[in-house]
Amino acid sequence: MIEVRNLSKHFGGKVAVDQLSFTVKKGEVLGFLGPNGAGKSTTMRMITGYLPMTGGSVSIGGADVVDDELTAKSRIGYLPENAPLYNDMSVEGFLRFAAELRQVPASQIKAAVDKAVETCFLQSVRQQSIDTLSKGYRHRTCLAQSIIHDPDVLILDEPTDGLDPNQKHEARELIRRMGKDKAIIFSTHILEEVDAACSRAIIIDQGRIVADGTPDELKQQAAHAGVVVARLRGLAGTGIKQELERLSECKSLEVSDSGEDIICARVDPAKGKTSEDLSSAIFRMAVDKNLTVEELRIEEGRLDDVFRQVTQSDTATKA
Amino acid sequence: MGNAINNVLLDFALPSLVVCLVFLVLLKFVAPPAVRTVFKREVRSYFMSPIAYVCVVTFLLVSNGISFWFGGVVERGEADLYMSYFQYLPWFFIVVAPAVGMRLWSEEQRLGTMELMLTMPIAPWQAILGKYLAASVVLFSMLVLSFPIVLTVNYLGSPDNGVMLSGFVASLLVALSFLSITSLVSAFTRSQIVALLISIGLCLFVWLVGLQPVSDSLLKVFPSMPWISSFVSGLSVLTHFNELSKGILVSRDLVFFLSFIGFCLFGTAVGLRLNRS
Repeated sequence: MIEVRNLSKHFGGKVAVDQLSFTVKKGEVLGFLGPNGAGKSTTMRMITGYLPMTGGSVSIGGADVVDDELTAKSRIGYLPENAPLYNDMSVEGFLRFAAELRQVPASQIKAAVDKAVETCFLQSVRQQSIDTLSKGYRHRTCLAQSIIHDPDVLILDEPTDGLDPNQKHEARELIRRMGKDKAIIFSTHILEEVDAACSRAIIIDQGRIVADGTPDELKQQAAHAGVVVARLRGLAGTGIKQELERLSECKSLEVSDSGEDIICARVDPAKGKTSEDLSSAIFRMAVDKNLTVEELRIEEGRLDDVFRQVTQSDTATKA
Repeated sequence: MGNAINNVLLDFALPSLVVCLVFLVLLKFVAPPAVRTVFKREVRSYFMSPIAYVCVVTFLLVSNGISFWFGGVVERGEADLYMSYFQYLPWFFIVVAPAVGMRLWSEEQRLGTMELMLTMPIAPWQAILGKYLAASVVLFSMLVLSFPIVLTVNYLGSPDNGVMLSGFVASLLVALSFLSITSLVSAFTRSQIVALLISIGLCLFVWLVGLQPVSDSLLKVFPSMPWISSFVSGLSVLTHFNELSKGILVSRDLVFFLSFIGFCLFGTAVGLRLNRS
């Protein structure tokens, strides 16, 4: 649905987006991650046709954003950063305005407004003037605007920014629901959102893609992913350590706590062995030696570890 | 009195109505739907906020006040409004048109709603035109509401209403030209005040270059090239206003005003694009 090829943007001599390429298919929700100033908003603005691009191309369902601008734009719903709105309109008036500009046929405008109001939980403020709305409602009004014509493609720039935890949850649920039959790109710097709503995530830094994959694939890239954490009681710490090192599944281990009859260690699986092999070996060893297993788990990589690893270059060069 | 009202109704109300009708028909059946949508929103926004009312009332007070007290409409005893009224009108529009138009694109940029509007399936020229037309309605309503002065003159004597009508047409065209300058300037800034001040400056400039002293001094500086002087004064809004407002409806002047407006609106589109890249 969305095809981005070698997309670049230079502001003066500064490169904001550098040869970005990716595609988003229907039914896919793409999380767009990156530190502030990485080029997320710039990229989204080029995809929506707002910013002219320096190089590359974007096509929306086959329509080029530059050559076939209006067709491409009519397929996109866009929620800009900070949810800009016309303060002098009512919520309903604004949604009607958006529906008309989005070329919803006159006979269907009322139904479209009703549906958007319902989807974004705006019933209670429907007739209210926009300048009296709280931030959460403003955001939802702008979101309602982006889905009013039931577009195939949704581009959401920080859709959960400024919402309270309940509203954030609702927004994520909404994105996930809509993602079933649309192609969605949304940017965020809240990493749990990627887990909660995305089927795929891209991390960009300094205008380049530094990681691309499903949330689970990305987590695998974390330095600590796959480490087995074991907390065993029953023998002196040093004794248990020796037993652990003796396991063929163990490559190396790092003791974080050791006492008279306890040890807590992080064990790396040996080459060719999975984390699961290692944890069951540890469990069997504990049973043999009559040890109490207080904790035994495989550490999942954490997205923010991955995020920090791949975007470190930025902070490193600044420091 | 009855006669005066009849005259005014025939000579002014009818043409104004025809203009309104033609405008509405064009908007409804010829203009793209997007232009109509933007136009409706903007008109509502103008008349929901105090700006339109403040501008209209101030304009009416000042323009009528000046012509009654200083221009001496009554004392002159001439049934002609050029000396006492029309020659002042463009001066007011130098301030009023930028005041009406300053928010056109600067507000849109400050609030970020421009991003919303320009990512909808609407060509930039349609948005520019829709907003420009909405602001034009405010200026047009100012001139329509100036009818008391026409009534007065008709009550006092029997003026040539045709000449007076062309005075209004000329004033409207000048106001619209100033508005197009404001639209152009507002595309380059997110501050309404900056847009207002720069527009006033530019309007003043295109007005003043048409004054006799300016063309005279240009003639002195370039005595061998008289075309420079006539070129500059030919570019001035003032020159064309003077010809039109004296009751000489010349198509050359009409073409000038329309291309002037067209040029500025095109410049607005270029400005908006430059701002984004």
